[in-house]
Amino acid sequence: MQEILHAPHEKIEEIQLEGIKKTVIQCYENVAFYKRSFDEAGFDPHSIKSLEDLQKAPFVTKQDLRDNYPYGMFATPLSEVKEIHMSSGTTGVATVGGYTQHDLDIWGECFARGIEYANGGKDDVVHVCYGYGLFTGGLGAHYGGLYSGATTIPMSAGNTERQIRVLKEMGSTIICCTPSYAMHIADTALEMGIDPARDFHLRAGIHGAEPFSDNFRRDLERKLNYHVLDVYGLTETMGPGVAIECWEQNGLHLAEDHFYAEIIDPNTGEVLPDGEWGELVLTTIDREASPVVRYRTRDITRILPGECACGCTHRRIDRIHGRTDDMLIIRGVNVFPSQIEDVMKTFDQVSSWYQIEVDTDHRSLDMVTLKAEVNPDFAFDSVAAVERLQKEISARLKTALSVGVKVKLVEPKTIARSEGKAKRIVDLRKGIK
Amino acid sequence: MIDQITVFLENKRGRIASLCRTLGDANINMAALSVADTTEYGIVRIICSDTAAALSALDAGGYRAIKTKVMAIAVPHHPGGAADLLEKLDDLDVDIEYFYCFSTTDDMAVLALKIADPASAAEASWAIEKAGFHVFDQDEVE
Repeated sequence: MQEILHAPHEKIEEIQLEGIKKTVIQCYENVAFYKRSFDEAGFDPHSIKSLEDLQKAPFVTKQDLRDNYPYGMFATPLSEVKEIHMSSGTTGVATVGGYTQHDLDIWGECFARGIEYANGGKDDVVHVCYGYGLFTGGLGAHYGGLYSGATTIPMSAGNTERQIRVLKEMGSTIICCTPSYAMHIADTALEMGIDPARDFHLRAGIHGAEPFSDNFRRDLERKLNYHVLDVYGLTETMGPGVAIECWEQNGLHLAEDHFYAEIIDPNTGEVLPDGEWGELVLTTIDREASPVVRYRTRDITRILPGECACGCTHRRIDRIHGRTDDMLIIRGVNVFPSQIEDVMKTFDQVSSWYQIEVDTDHRSLDMVTLKAEVNPDFAFDSVAAVERLQKEISARLKTALSVGVKVKLVEPKTIARSEGKAKRIVDLRKGIK
Repeated sequence: MIDQITVFLENKRGRIASLCRTLGDANINMAALSVADTTEYGIVRIICSDTAAALSALDAGGYRAIKTKVMAIAVPHHPGGAADLLEKLDDLDVDIEYFYCFSTTDDMAVLALKIADPASAAEASWAIEKAGFHVFDQDEVE
């Protein structure tokens, strides 16, 4: 692994060019969507002679992936696909990723780079408490642990007291989970009279799937006495491991031999030079089942110019600074306000004025409250009736979003309106920026 | 059955005072006011002189108010008077969603009662009258 991490950048660019040439042809020949999209844009998949030539190819968006649910974007027959993951989102419009054995191997290798950056390997005990399942966090970290030769403990999320016992007694050295869950573990341990800085044996945490601020990182590092590495990834291109911070904590090294990154102006689609902020666009270089050509991630970042002190030659992206759409990340789950809208419009008892408030609770976890204005159609005549409705809305939201939401009914005209539109989202989380 | 106005109010300081002021300014006299409160909101139940005028005043004032039908029943004003009525309802298998007392004279108290199942309200009303309790009509409370 050291060899590829320190390869001259020209060598990496050669790998990228060869890979991209193959990827665009593979997409064109095997995926009806790409054939149509390339033809419409007048893009000849055989015309790529340099990395810049990729700019002639059209973009692909999350909506395109959804429109081709479930298997429409697969470039290999299902018989070659070993595993499926789905991005968090409403049932029915999820985006699906397929992985051949080769894809799973790449994934493990990419995530294992984080362990490598932490100077880890077979002597480490990797504690994975991302959720295992369709979410790519759990198994992505798991494959990374296996690839690196470390002892991997598949804890999955939840049962925090058991997590704490294992962290203390099994001597885990690297923990992989969302940053908010790491904070929750630390705070719960302190409440139990266990000092994680002394009683745990952690060296590094590989944390991602949700944004966190520098202050939040410092708090974590102080409480757990370890080093926090930010990991980036998305189901649409693979999962966690597309880019990971090294020990320098100064930008996330892209796995450039597997992903080609462009930064574009989200309004014009034009490619921006290194150093400028814009939307990250990714092209897979050697994915088999679910390749993507110029996938618009909606994440805002920039390519950090210059070389990293760690010696790794793969270019770095800055930490994600926001989204070009209105997606929220709540407890690691992607939530779009439109999903909430879809649920809310089925309830006549409340008006279309509602607001989502995201805050941090006393356990450092994200807490979502939805406020909705009561309609005259609702016989809110008794506390029982109000509670019933609140429970019903809450249950429907939980099903649609996979996130628990506390519902609070409010009086008419109490939700702030600006220019006749409700301010839909109020994000009060301390950890974010 | 008589009209009751139900108002959804946030549990905020001064909110109920301003509700009462709105009704006062509209020259509405309240015969009963009862609040079911939680930490976040309260459900205010009002029986008053002119339901339609009260509703339109509340609506104009930006309140969320609805009209609900409740049963108003007279019980003798002596120890065990309310218990007699409630036991009778229990015997009849009538489920009460909520109730409150809204006026008393020397020899009589009036209870406002919401029957959980509106379909059984008429039958319950008839059975209660048969048992000797007086059930009020709208014009008797105005």
